[in-house]
Amino acid sequence: MLALCDASLKQWESLQLEKKQAFLKGLKDGIPICLGYLSVSFTFGMMTAENGLPYWISLLISMTNLTSAGQFAGTALILSGGAFVEIAVTTFVINIRYMLMSLSLAQKADPAMSAGQRLLLSFGITDEVFAVGVQQPGLLTAPYLAGLIFAPYWGWALGTLTGATATSLLPAALRSALGVAIYGMFLAIIIPPARKVRPVAITIVIAAVMSCIFRYTPLLNRISSGWVIILCAMAAAGYSALRYPVGEAGEEDAQ
Amino acid sequence: MNLPYILTAVFVMALVTYIPRMLPLVFMKRKIQNRFVKSLLEYVPYAVLAAMTIPDILYATSGIVSALIGLAAALILAYSGKGLLTVALGSTAAVFLAEQAVRLFI
Repeated sequence: MLALCDASLKQWESLQLEKKQAFLKGLKDGIPICLGYLSVSFTFGMMTAENGLPYWISLLISMTNLTSAGQFAGTALILSGGAFVEIAVTTFVINIRYMLMSLSLAQKADPAMSAGQRLLLSFGITDEVFAVGVQQPGLLTAPYLAGLIFAPYWGWALGTLTGATATSLLPAALRSALGVAIYGMFLAIIIPPARKVRPVAITIVIAAVMSCIFRYTPLLNRISSGWVIILCAMAAAGYSALRYPVGEAGEEDAQ
Repeated sequence: MNLPYILTAVFVMALVTYIPRMLPLVFMKRKIQNRFVKSLLEYVPYAVLAAMTIPDILYATSGIVSALIGLAAALILAYSGKGLLTVALGSTAAVFLAEQAVRLFI
């Protein structure tokens, strides 16, 4: 009886060690993501402070959303006083891609990962966490994923806080120029892939042209911005999805 | 500053960001087979960001001329593959310089 206890204790200890090592490996893999996040979230903090949002709200947004495009868009709508349904649908449409990532990670997830762990860890699935997690050899364990999410999460929060508190120190002329920063960042996200993949470029052009039509056509310009974004995005992405369906590996077909 | 509105909106954002991440990992274990849906999901983020940027970027500064200069700077920097912060700050710098120049000449 005692021997049995001893054996299971040893087994338990080695399991704990294994978990710890997996967590540490994840932590290490997450550090480059964390560094990238610091600069992006710094920009987010700057932008929100520039638009008059208290720093603790920016921090709250970053710590509860942990996403770039979605929280930028949602925050922009909050600042313009958008309706809740607009904010919800816009954020949801932008974040729909996470379903695909979560789905891929679900195929790789350790069957031992409990429902509670899945509920908690899925909160940390971002583009970069997905990219690193999905290329791991073998099963994706809960301790590894927890380690991978840890540094980027706190980097995202810290960058936001720093950006939001630094902005009030800036002169007025510079703060007015900062209005363009968020859009500069959007362009930095969409232009490099558009260069490489023609259907992405076509999608962007269609969405941009439609957005201009909604803005400058009488009557159409009365539709609020959240819905315009959704209409443009679904039309442009729908067209490209029909015309240029992606291949089995998730890559666009060569044109 | 309408705090109840903002906090509710933040909660709504957090919820609709969490749900798409959570549902598949917790409940689904099989792959999406529909090619159209897969493709749509692939293109949606680009379309959303493009529709948000154009033409709004033109009204993001104190004048359309400096905004155009900022847009040009952002496009050039993004096209040459610079990082997010570089493009954001580079276009900001371009707008700042343009606005200072305009003030000098008027």
